[in-house]
Amino acid sequence: MLSLLPESLRHDRRLVWATYAGLALLLCLLPFLVDAGMGRTWVRILDFALLYVMLALGLNIVVGFAGLLDLGYVAFYAVGAYLYAILASPHFGLHLPFWVLLPLGAAIAGLFGMLLGAPTLRLRGDYLAIVTLGFGEIIRIFLNNLNAPVNITNGPQGINLIDPIQVAGLPLSKGLDLGILTLSGVHAHYYLFLTLTLLTIFIALRLQDSRIGRAWVAIREDEVAAVAMGINTRNIKLLAFAMGAMFGGVGGGLFSAFQGFVSPESFTLMESIMILSMVVLGGMGHIPGVILGAVALTLLPELLRYIGPLQQSLFGRVAVDPSDLRMLLFGMGLVLVMLFRPEGLWPSPKRARELHPDSPDVSRQEQEDLYDASR
Amino acid sequence: MDILLQQIINGLILGSLYALVALGYTMVYGILELINFAHGEIVMVGALVALAVLAGLAGTGLPGPVMLVIATLVAMAVCMVAGLLIERIAYRPLRTAPRLAPLITAIGVSIVLQNLAMIIWGRQYIAFPPILDIQIYELAGATITNIQLLIVAVATLGMIGLVLLVNRSRLGRAMRATAQNRDVAGLMGVDVNRVIAATFVIGSALGAVAGVLISAYYGIGHYAMGFILGLKAFTAAVLGGIGNIPGAVLGGLLLGIIESLGAGYIGDLTGGFLGSHYQDIFAFFILILVLIFRPSGLLGEQVADRA
Amino acid sequence: MKMRLHMILGVALAAFATASAAEELVRIGLAAPLTGPQAHLGQDIANGARLAIEEINATQPKLGGQPVRFELVVEDDQADPRTATVVAQKFVDSGVKGVIGHLNSGASIPASRVYNDGRVPQISPCSTAVAYTHQGFDTTFRLMANDAQQGAALGEYAAKIGKRVAVVDDRTAYGQGLADEVVKALKARGVEPIAHEFTTDKSTDFTAILTSIKGKKPDVIVYCGMDAQGAPMARQMRTLGIKALFLGGDGIQTAEFIKLAGTATENAVGSSPGLPLEKMPGGADFEKRFAAKYGKIQLYAPFAYDSVRVMVDAMRRAGSADPEKYRAELAKTDTKGVVGHIAFDAMGDLKDGAVTLYQVKEGKWSAVETLGGSSR
Repeated sequence: MLSLLPESLRHDRRLVWATYAGLALLLCLLPFLVDAGMGRTWVRILDFALLYVMLALGLNIVVGFAGLLDLGYVAFYAVGAYLYAILASPHFGLHLPFWVLLPLGAAIAGLFGMLLGAPTLRLRGDYLAIVTLGFGEIIRIFLNNLNAPVNITNGPQGINLIDPIQVAGLPLSKGLDLGILTLSGVHAHYYLFLTLTLLTIFIALRLQDSRIGRAWVAIREDEVAAVAMGINTRNIKLLAFAMGAMFGGVGGGLFSAFQGFVSPESFTLMESIMILSMVVLGGMGHIPGVILGAVALTLLPELLRYIGPLQQSLFGRVAVDPSDLRMLLFGMGLVLVMLFRPEGLWPSPKRARELHPDSPDVSRQEQEDLYDASR
Repeated sequence: MDILLQQIINGLILGSLYALVALGYTMVYGILELINFAHGEIVMVGALVALAVLAGLAGTGLPGPVMLVIATLVAMAVCMVAGLLIERIAYRPLRTAPRLAPLITAIGVSIVLQNLAMIIWGRQYIAFPPILDIQIYELAGATITNIQLLIVAVATLGMIGLVLLVNRSRLGRAMRATAQNRDVAGLMGVDVNRVIAATFVIGSALGAVAGVLISAYYGIGHYAMGFILGLKAFTAAVLGGIGNIPGAVLGGLLLGIIESLGAGYIGDLTGGFLGSHYQDIFAFFILILVLIFRPSGLLGEQVADRA
Repeated sequence: MKMRLHMILGVALAAFATASAAEELVRIGLAAPLTGPQAHLGQDIANGARLAIEEINATQPKLGGQPVRFELVVEDDQADPRTATVVAQKFVDSGVKGVIGHLNSGASIPASRVYNDGRVPQISPCSTAVAYTHQGFDTTFRLMANDAQQGAALGEYAAKIGKRVAVVDDRTAYGQGLADEVVKALKARGVEPIAHEFTTDKSTDFTAILTSIKGKKPDVIVYCGMDAQGAPMARQMRTLGIKALFLGGDGIQTAEFIKLAGTATENAVGSSPGLPLEKMPGGADFEKRFAAKYGKIQLYAPFAYDSVRVMVDAMRRAGSADPEKYRAELAKTDTKGVVGHIAFDAMGDLKDGAVTLYQVKEGKWSAVETLGGSSR
């Protein structure tokens, strides 16, 4: 957990704990502060930000840790979402509780991750990207069309009236009455999502520092050397796919329960690219960076909303649609970050040193090594 | 029988369009081992530029084919510049970076081009003006139009031209040298940067022609028309053996015919269990199968996979 | 910075409110895509609603004896299901008394759950998916014939033209929903579709499915999807030598369709919910008033206009803008609007919604016949 803090703060134990306590308090109070200052809508946006943090951390395992470019990540998100929707809605009349469905969603999504990963293991980075993209589209096309001959997904209409998450027999979406204070639906979801996000962060951190995590990094940096070091690259890569997919599956289940409605149009390629942007912009492989990326890119479109009226007041008309600008900014972000700051906005100190060494000689040497390695 | 013949013709036309776009992918991949994701968007830019030029020429009273030629030339010029800029700005600085980096910029460039086009030309579909007389010819119960014949002709000429260029010209020799080993080619006096830039320019020009033909054939242009097309063309290039020019054409034609016959007959063959809604899946399945079982494609040479 | 901006806005609002302190402010939300590919339709809805609000305010309205002023709060849902719920939450939190919207069924359905939880009545002027009103919510209403009504009209018309009918849908929620209703209506008339083919809302090449249909010798091809695909499809029918009638829903009954495919659209038939504007009881007058302020009507403005009027009327009858009080009155609505007779059934659907069929004649849509609705 320590790696979340800047290095300078790490020696002083008391300071460390004080920082954590302050952070914990802030996270607990955040929805109330946001609610009071900016309205409940922003609490809902906060909920989505947490959801995307989970998704981005999942993708980060595949892309950031193991260096496997996955352009079909949204497929696992979709699997989790649809699994929840099918097993907890009037569609089949099944109403399983969420504490069964979320782990089940993680397991099934993980299985899909392995199924997808297995045939692609021998492929190089760019082929892998295209194949995962293809898988993502195939899953979406099936979701869109599996309403006949047997109606499994209800096709393009999507599945509606999905059960909200229930705590002690009460639906979370209606809010919680805790005696001393009443939580609204979005507030209650915030705390649920926060708990799961913290759990996700914890798992991600433990993975990163584990044998497996080091094996992933070894594969990312040089697969041949990794094999030479005795790493079973096949199993380790499959594990990366499975772990990443599991996070996606849980995220999907939460999305389903929170929205109450899923349809294939929520799981397009653009969604995959958005999650990828979060990972890349934040800092591939660096957990705090990825969290920052996810939060920033979730809030960005909401802030862009103010650009429309702003243009209206400045120029008297809306010259550029805010929603047009959103994807343009994502695309430019991807290009600019890769060109000028490939380690991301908030990189791990180690990676920043690798990519921006003190002496130009080291830089040249590093580049040549990489070039040789890529050949 | 006439229905089967018609389906094969449909597939050949669609396949010729895939082939034209696939040529661009295969050239760049052959020389840089980079999937130029943005190539599909270049095709889109070509189509939209040509449509804008045609709209500008609307009142001049020039004969239709002349207008089409002017529009195509302008579109080619714009796309060549765009291709050059993309290579210079987004790919060249990353030529020695880890593999993931240029791939991510390629996706980024693709998104940027698409959204720029959307801001410039708007989100609506743009109509191709009725400047061409469409002739319909009957052939044993099936039909084929003059535009369709033009598409086949251009795809064939494009392939032949490229093969000659690569195998017979000085530039072609430099390209082959660069593709084999960039460093050694540089030592032998090949201006590697120029050769790579030339590859992008030629690929983009072909992309522009493809874009114009597509919008003329289907009668519309749209900012999002390039992405799926690009993916399918890439599949075609992989199927034929990426880096191999006749392979790209063979792959394109095969994919077109598979899609056409697949969508046309899958419903009746499976008794309605599967239907034409799975048309777009064929390409992805082929892609995955080829990459897994024969990554070098149909006409590609078996080379050891470099990790 | 953010907080400061809000404070400034707050002060400004407060100053504004004191200026007209005598009247109570009743705010009504409007959600539609104001950016993106359907922005023009979203603006159309917003403008229709704006006109209604202005006209109502000009009459110095009173609710239960208390003078009130109505205000329209417009938000962009980007036609995206997730954004729609964020906008809905915004409306519920800010205490709007009712919501007009959304445009797309994919946005209206997830949003309706938020409105129902917040007990805010919602009238969608143009979401046509059947499922929208069939969720068991008492807060959802719709002012337009739904897909079932439109599909029935298309099926009825197709069956009249010939017995060999092929159906194509674009696998969107709209296209597939409509196609299912068309097939249902055809079967009810003893017509078994000779083919049901599929495409996507991003395709341009339909030769494979059209050739397959051609082999089955169709009289009519019903296309359930949008104009951008319908246009190339109509062209390809021509080049493949298919003589069958091209029939489609409101997705193709647009000026774009004719513009994109030119002469290939001649004789194509498209349906549209509602009466043609010139046949609407208040259509000509409405068009004049609308044009004076906002220019040309795209499509949905009259429906949005009537949605606001119906909602405010219910408030008047209840003598209150309190949603719990006027909701019951809203359900009992029985009035004549610009679009025709307006009354809701138990689900909140428009009773006996009209569907009009148009045919392309010399490059223009002209009304052929109207099925259902108050014209009978």
